[in-house]
Amino acid sequence: MHPSFQRHKRVAGRMVATEPAWLRFLLIGSTIGIVAGIIVIPMIFVFYKAFANGFSTYWENLFGNAEARHAIKLTLIVALASVAINTVCGVAAAWVLTKFRFPGRTFLLTLIDLPFAVSPVVAGLMFVLIFGRQGWCGPWLQEHGIRIIFSWPALILATTFVTLPFVARELIPLMQSLGNDEELAAVSLGANPWQMFWRVTLPNIKWALLFGIIQCNARAIGEFGAVYVVSGRISGETDTMAVLVQKLYESPGAMSAAYAVASVLTLMALATLGLKLLLEQRVTQSLEETAQTTGEAP
Amino acid sequence: MNRRKFRSPLPGFTSTLSVTMFWLFGWLVLPLVACVLKAATLSPSQFFAAAWSSRARSAYWLTFGASATAAFVSVLFGLLIAWVLVRYSFPGRRVVDAMIDLPFALPTAVAGLVYSTLYVQSGWYGQFLVPLGIQGYNTFLAIVLMLVFLGLPFVVRTVQPVLESLEGDIEEAAASLGASRWQTFQQVLLPSLLPGMITGFALAFARGLGEYGSIVFVMGNIPFKSEIAPALIVAQLDDYRYAEATSIAVMLLIGSFTSLGLINWLEARNRRYAS
Amino acid sequence: MSIRVQDVTKKFGDFTALNQISLTVPTGQLTALLGPSGSGKTTLLRIIAGLEAPDLGNILFEDEDVTGRAARDRNIGFVFQHYALFRHMTVFENVAFGMRVRSAPKAEVHERVHELLHLVRLEGLGNRYPSELSGGQRQRVALARALAVKPRMLLLDEPFGALDAKVRQELRTWLRKLHEEMPVTTVFVTHDQEEAFEVADQVVVMRQGGIEQAGSPQEVFDHPATPFVMDFIGNVNVFHGRVFGGQAEVGPFTLSVKGDTHSEPRTATAYVRPHELAIERTASAHSLAGRVVQVNPAGAVQRVRVFAEEFGIELSVDLVRERAQQLSLKVGEQVHVRPWAARVFTPDQDYVI
Repeated sequence: MHPSFQRHKRVAGRMVATEPAWLRFLLIGSTIGIVAGIIVIPMIFVFYKAFANGFSTYWENLFGNAEARHAIKLTLIVALASVAINTVCGVAAAWVLTKFRFPGRTFLLTLIDLPFAVSPVVAGLMFVLIFGRQGWCGPWLQEHGIRIIFSWPALILATTFVTLPFVARELIPLMQSLGNDEELAAVSLGANPWQMFWRVTLPNIKWALLFGIIQCNARAIGEFGAVYVVSGRISGETDTMAVLVQKLYESPGAMSAAYAVASVLTLMALATLGLKLLLEQRVTQSLEETAQTTGEAP
Repeated sequence: MNRRKFRSPLPGFTSTLSVTMFWLFGWLVLPLVACVLKAATLSPSQFFAAAWSSRARSAYWLTFGASATAAFVSVLFGLLIAWVLVRYSFPGRRVVDAMIDLPFALPTAVAGLVYSTLYVQSGWYGQFLVPLGIQGYNTFLAIVLMLVFLGLPFVVRTVQPVLESLEGDIEEAAASLGASRWQTFQQVLLPSLLPGMITGFALAFARGLGEYGSIVFVMGNIPFKSEIAPALIVAQLDDYRYAEATSIAVMLLIGSFTSLGLINWLEARNRRYAS
Repeated sequence: MSIRVQDVTKKFGDFTALNQISLTVPTGQLTALLGPSGSGKTTLLRIIAGLEAPDLGNILFEDEDVTGRAARDRNIGFVFQHYALFRHMTVFENVAFGMRVRSAPKAEVHERVHELLHLVRLEGLGNRYPSELSGGQRQRVALARALAVKPRMLLLDEPFGALDAKVRQELRTWLRKLHEEMPVTTVFVTHDQEEAFEVADQVVVMRQGGIEQAGSPQEVFDHPATPFVMDFIGNVNVFHGRVFGGQAEVGPFTLSVKGDTHSEPRTATAYVRPHELAIERTASAHSLAGRVVQVNPAGAVQRVRVFAEEFGIELSVDLVRERAQQLSLKVGEQVHVRPWAARVFTPDQDYVI
């Protein structure tokens, strides 16, 4: 249910406004006030706090600390694995759900959106119920010495659940609007399935795919609730950056360390936004080209 | 004369369908079923005792109440922001527009951390607000503030495209018929924006119900007083009370599935107008 | 390479797109599948291409059964209705695609693409993207792309459907010429009867998943097999009446019907083409009085509409220019209309008069 860029076509500054000037200024002022107060100032505050004790403290907080280093590494590994799973499966799902008609298709389409309706905490709980010590598979896993809950596999499982829809949701509407003709043309010209996918399908969906991956990645890095439940919060072992922020926040005297880790997460979020803006431009362009190619010639 | 089995000219049906089924059933359906089965091991009275204890009820009250309030505030702010972004041009419009998406991208733990510091008495906002008696930390208001931050982009991004697609001539038509600006807004524009606002409300509300990461920072998480439902689930889990935790989880799932079901129903209804 | 379609049936849910179709497309000929939308013509084309699988029946190329073979192994050239050009590839890359996926040597690809771009008169546009081309140019790229793999046959789905009238006319003539230079078996789908008759060697008229008539344009035009074909190809005046004892009484006319041996009257419908009606200033046997309501010069013929008050019907008459000049009709004038040919269809037997 995340709004996706395919839906909005920007009509920047459509000047139909005829409201009186004082009202316009009032409305614009309130908007800037709200966005600044709710979003921008809190974001700046992160950096203010992170650097409050000087840059060397900041550096020390991040890289002089084995726990912080481990958390950064673990976060990136978990995000990478979840994004990889959801990208491969998301592309496969988008392919089968847009290029074929079969019974149960609508049901699967609905399923993909499901994680948005599930609280991350509940998502974590579900995996504890399956793989936890008292869960359905718990005794069997213990017998064979396999540890999932309170270990990195659980982090990947839970994060993948929470970030599951992002890639598929970007691809499905796009591939639906592109239709099957280009792929059919490739097949009729003798292309094998991989040639068809790499040379025809992928170039057409690459921007949307990248967009989905970026969103998926942002969410995977920041995931807190699900990870909190399944990780067991073992210091230096299963703490991701988000969980570490919370731990540092609760331990006395570690506030600036908490903000240092938070600042890294904020930077990642800002990078995500930047990339998203860039991609939106690319996608709008390619959508316009699509419209030209399928529309009437001048 | 033999009837051939399904065959499509495009390749990959069986393989991609298998991957999709594994992915969706392994990751989504199986855990959900596990959750429901766990709840089903309780007798109805046990389930009721766990899911409807006074501690659970006060947690629901806080969760649902704060989510609804925050969603309502998000709709008001979101409508204003979307309106301004679509219709006026002013310096910094693009920056404001881009910033709206920050709550989507920013980890909730970071948001919680910041909000927990800003509104205490020594914080940037708290130094002005606390003397006025406005407590933005460890109160109902704290949850609402946090959830407005998270819910705002949902509303802006659902209302914005609708506003963009509104044709200028319906306003001109209304004006030509003698309607004042306020009448035009109230009777012509608002009704067309209403479905988008309701969808935005439901999205923000569903997001609020499940939120945990940021709330733990701004609340004391004390039972009966400042404990939201997801926090209660975590507390039960920490005590190894899986069945109780699952019962509360099932209640939360029902709440968010209902609001998302409502969205789908609304969107299906809206499509009638669109065509 | 001839194509044989044997008893092909295709259903989409409850809708029968093709109902036990059988058809032979001879080697080297240009065949048109003609019919209104929903007649199954596109489905048939896609089944021949392997882009759709038939529920029942077989497709044979020459004597080889290709029914179970995937599209990519059939070695056909297919031109899609909306061209389906690869939008992220240049014209050159589009045309080269089929050869490149077969790993043809670079030099050969280069040579063949240039040869084809010359053939479709698009030299110098190799570096353009499809979005930078006009509709007619895109159509020709699609054709060059399909021809690049030296297909055993060429299949075109509504090839000129999305183009404006002038470009359409040009491309039609050009396609016919191209076919003469390169006589590869070609099947194309169209709903435009003029297009079918102008370009094709064989016309196949389809309706509701069945074949109404297949034959040369001359045959189909002069001897329509069914009322539907009669009605579908060109304007026609329709009269309802009955047949008995060697006579057909249809509308205002009484026509003698050869070979009718029934004495019982049967319902009949007579079809008369606009050019099969003569206009005279004087009455004669079997002629019908009417008033000229409209006179339209339409190129080589003059289109006249005559209203017969007696029967409350309006007739459409085409006059050759010579005759039109001779008559120089005015609106409102009283005239007499006489058919000199007609087709009479009864439920069990058809007559051509």
